Amino acid sequence: MKYILMMNTMRAGAGVLGWPKNDLQAHIAFMLGLNKELQAAGELVAAEGLAFPDQAKLVRAGKGGIPITDGVFPESKEFLAGFWIVDVDSPERAYAIAARVSAAPGPGGAPLNMPIEVRPVMSAPPPEML
Amino acid sequence: MTKPWDTTSEHLLRELAPQVLGVVARRFHDFSAAEDAVQEAMIAAFTQWPREGIPDNPRGWLIQVASRRMTDQVRSEIARRQRETAVAKEAETVAPAVDIESDMDPDDTLILLFMCCHPALTSSSAIALTLRAVGGLTTAEIANAFLVPDATMAQRISRAKESIKTSGVPFDLPSPRERTERLPSVLHVLYLIFNEGYTSSVGVHLQRLDLAREAIRLTRCVRTLLPDDSEVAGLLALMLLTDARRAARNGPNEELIPLDEQNRTLWDGQAISEGSALLTCALSKGAVGPYQLQAAVAAVHDEAARAEDTDWPQILALYELMKRVAPNPMVTLNHAIAAAMVHGPAQGLELLRALDADSRLAEHYRLHAVRAHLLEMVGDYEGAIEHYRIAAGRTTSTPERNYLMTQAARLAESTTGPDG
Repeated sequence: MKYILMMNTMRAGAGVLGWPKNDLQAHIAFMLGLNKELQAAGELVAAEGLAFPDQAKLVRAGKGGIPITDGVFPESKEFLAGFWIVDVDSPERAYAIAARVSAAPGPGGAPLNMPIEVRPVMSAPPPEML
Repeated sequence: MTKPWDTTSEHLLRELAPQVLGVVARRFHDFSAAEDAVQEAMIAAFTQWPREGIPDNPRGWLIQVASRRMTDQVRSEIARRQRETAVAKEAETVAPAVDIESDMDPDDTLILLFMCCHPALTSSSAIALTLRAVGGLTTAEIANAFLVPDATMAQRISRAKESIKTSGVPFDLPSPRERTERLPSVLHVLYLIFNEGYTSSVGVHLQRLDLAREAIRLTRCVRTLLPDDSEVAGLLALMLLTDARRAARNGPNEELIPLDEQNRTLWDGQAISEGSALLTCALSKGAVGPYQLQAAVAAVHDEAARAEDTDWPQILALYELMKRVAPNPMVTLNHAIAAAMVHGPAQGLELLRALDADSRLAEHYRLHAVRAHLLEMVGDYEGAIEHYRIAAGRTTSTPERNYLMTQAARLAESTTGPDG
């Protein structure tokens, strides 16, 4: 069964920017190591990090389908920073991976304990419809 | 002399895979490495044979290519360890002569199945390994079928082999007692592969491998090897009788069409007669197991020319039997549906109430889906809408969620009018 693990971040600056170099490197190494581990376990479907929220645009269709973009977001908004899709044998395993991600090292090496949103990916076969 | 490649060739190649693996694994005493070598030989065959034709002795060709890879690997391993040339020479003598038939064992396919479906493996590993080692599929094909990257599937397979190595499962036919104990795991893995074949192929995934057909092919193979086992026959019958409805199961937008609304003229009559014949033969042997009973239910549905001709009392009787032989919450749920069809929805709902206490099922979307259906039958549309919606929120199958949401929307419109 597949799950998506979503890591949210507050607006740019509240995240990794401004951390000491060593802490930043430890954080990056942790994430890379985790991805390698998931791949080696045969569980990794996808893992992507997203560009910083200042690159984000909200797009709507205007007249005749012309895109209208908007890039100014309120300070309080949460942004998706990155996600993993894993294929695991149980929901518990997905939660365990999410807990690992959550505890990624932050400033001073202390675990961040970030909230990770875990949601099933629609991937089950439909049952026989009686 | 070679034969041209045609539509049956791929089938032939896949049938040979476990036989070739058996020979190579036995000769080199290394299942894991042999499995990789056979995979490489299969890929070589898939690229060369369509172009150059099928060799006279395809099995011999595969064994030779796989053995060469093994020898190369042994050599490079030796080089890596910087051993002396004398040992490398010895490795060369391990390379097989072309005398191929002598160490063939007709039971190799069976040995491999019992290894790959070992209860020590998780079901996802067992499925992947079975498809590759026994089914002769490539890692890329299996990855594609499960919509995961090739590298991930390759790792899953190598981890599965690692577990086999660690648990010390020998490359031998299990004793009759072990066989009896472990056959259910084998059948369960085949059943899971079959079910996975019904995963939605909406949108970008149209080129997926047909896992349902693959499961049928493998189960046929097991049936040839264990012709007297009535549960093997029962499983094959169940697959055929279910797959027979394939063309009628989905609408143009992949929407699920329930059994009672399917266009039954689209059902595959040949698959139905084969499945029914298999089942009749299996049932006559005495020991009735869960797959035979499920197949029997499928057969009753398949035999009805119209939904209203369905022999629900017989289906009810079969589920009552299943509740005794192999009780599980899903059986209880299906039993409630059958009871509703025979004795009316009120009795079905009464039976569902007993399931609310079952923690395995109380949160399960199927309970809500069935309750919604029965509530609709008794005319409680409000309740039905509520439960269709709960069920839609809990299933992880896209076509099923679409179906359940549509049911709720249909009822909501019929109670308030489309503008209400």
